[in-house]
Amino acid sequence: MSGVLAKYMTQIRFIAGAVALAFIISVATPVLAQQPSSVNPTASSVKEQQLLQELTRIQGRGSIPDAKSYVLEQPAGRDWRQWHEVTLRWIGGIAILGMLVLLVAFYLIRGQVKLESGFSGRKIVRFSAVERFVHWLTASCFVILAISGLNITFGRPLLLPLIGPSAFSIWSELAKYSHNFLSFPFTIGVVLIFLMWIGSNIPNGNDVEWVKRGGGIIGHDHPPAGHFNAGQKMIYWIVVLGGGASAVTGYLLLFPFYGTEIAGMQLSEIIHSVVAMLFIAAMLGHIYIGTIGMEGAFEAMGEGTVDVNWAREHHRLWLDDELARGTSSAAERSAAAARPAE
Amino acid sequence: MARMKFLCDADRCIECNACVTACKNENDVPWGINRRRVVTINDGKPGERSVSMACMHCTDAPCASVCPVDCFYTTADAVVLHSKDLCIGCGYCFYACPFGAPQYPKVGNFGSRGKMDKCTFCAGGPEADGSKEEYEKYGANRLAEGKLPLCAEMCSTKSLLAGDGDVIAQIYKERVSRRGYGSGAWGWQTAYREAIAT
Repeated sequence: MSGVLAKYMTQIRFIAGAVALAFIISVATPVLAQQPSSVNPTASSVKEQQLLQELTRIQGRGSIPDAKSYVLEQPAGRDWRQWHEVTLRWIGGIAILGMLVLLVAFYLIRGQVKLESGFSGRKIVRFSAVERFVHWLTASCFVILAISGLNITFGRPLLLPLIGPSAFSIWSELAKYSHNFLSFPFTIGVVLIFLMWIGSNIPNGNDVEWVKRGGGIIGHDHPPAGHFNAGQKMIYWIVVLGGGASAVTGYLLLFPFYGTEIAGMQLSEIIHSVVAMLFIAAMLGHIYIGTIGMEGAFEAMGEGTVDVNWAREHHRLWLDDELARGTSSAAERSAAAARPAE
Repeated sequence: MARMKFLCDADRCIECNACVTACKNENDVPWGINRRRVVTINDGKPGERSVSMACMHCTDAPCASVCPVDCFYTTADAVVLHSKDLCIGCGYCFYACPFGAPQYPKVGNFGSRGKMDKCTFCAGGPEADGSKEEYEKYGANRLAEGKLPLCAEMCSTKSLLAGDGDVIAQIYKERVSRRGYGSGAWGWQTAYREAIAT
């Protein structure tokens, strides 16, 4: 009997042992599975490729005071380079050379727009000394700003090979300082122009008529115009808006990291340069009409007076107003006195 | 000729900033300018990584391309250097640089920038190797003495590697295969248009 019991007990112990072992294994297996042979800390770390796909730049934290150095990578610089080296040169080249070609062709075909009724010898005041001062302040600054600005974009391929690296560097540094400092009087000039002539530059019905008839320069008749015709109003708004845009973007570049960071400065440079190229092209047209393009036009900004016949042909409504008001009678008298006795 | 490159093994960088200090000291870098800096991404979060970054001496460098006065040149070792005599401090290289390397001492009025300063790979500038003028303008010329940039030479964890691109890429690959992981060579895709397969 005892032998049979002992045999049973052995079997029970064996089964219990097997069950216990199975239980331990079943509990222990997940624990073992969580313990790999080696640790990969990179699996949970930040990854460059992933960051570059998600963000335009990678930024972190640094321990030096220079906060802009916390930007680790900004591959957008490559796009800006493509813009500056290729796209901008095409835009600038086409706008400025295109305008020059257009003006030369126009001069050859149309020639100078003559004063049809000839000079009367009687003059009328068109721009006061203050107006002329503001105009020439802005204009002289603009010419230097334009040349020094074009030097940054076109100097290296065009001028550098001619004068060599040392001379070109000295010239470019001088140009940079002129560009920086003359931006201030230029901006003041643009603001004064805006305030001074805003009253005569609001577009009205006469402008529609003027544009339809091609003005006095493209068309061959003289559509009526006030103090400023539609073409001049266009120049006014180009100066005010273009000058304003280049001033704002220019100051963002002149004071780096005050108002913007690197992406903002790249965008500022893009706006600044496009506006400037188109501005220069427009001003070439303005200079052409104001000088060789139209007889009797330069005097207006040169001496401040224009011939009454010129005023009648080009700004009839303004002349009528002036004569009705009699404000310029004194100027007329003095001009008449200067005429040779008949 | 060697093609010199930097490689920062971000899995080893402990953000000790010794490379930054070594660079400033070795090259007498002026106040306010850091040719090398350490940036920590996801600071304080799991998986944060620190990367030591300076000029990467890019292939077809954007700074050299946009410079209005063409003051950059590439040495026979493919190190991108510039002439402070020609630099006009316009800031264009900083707009184009993917790594924020060029910096300008603040001189004169408002924001006007002085002559640009950046990492030279401890290779000086256009002046005669080891001359006083070269040291004053650009810092040490260790390459001419047969030494590598100090930042990498004294990196305590050997996270920052400097030297011939093929050699340091090989060192990095061996590390990655031995330890079984690697977060890649930061900046290489942007600077050299290539990545190290790991």
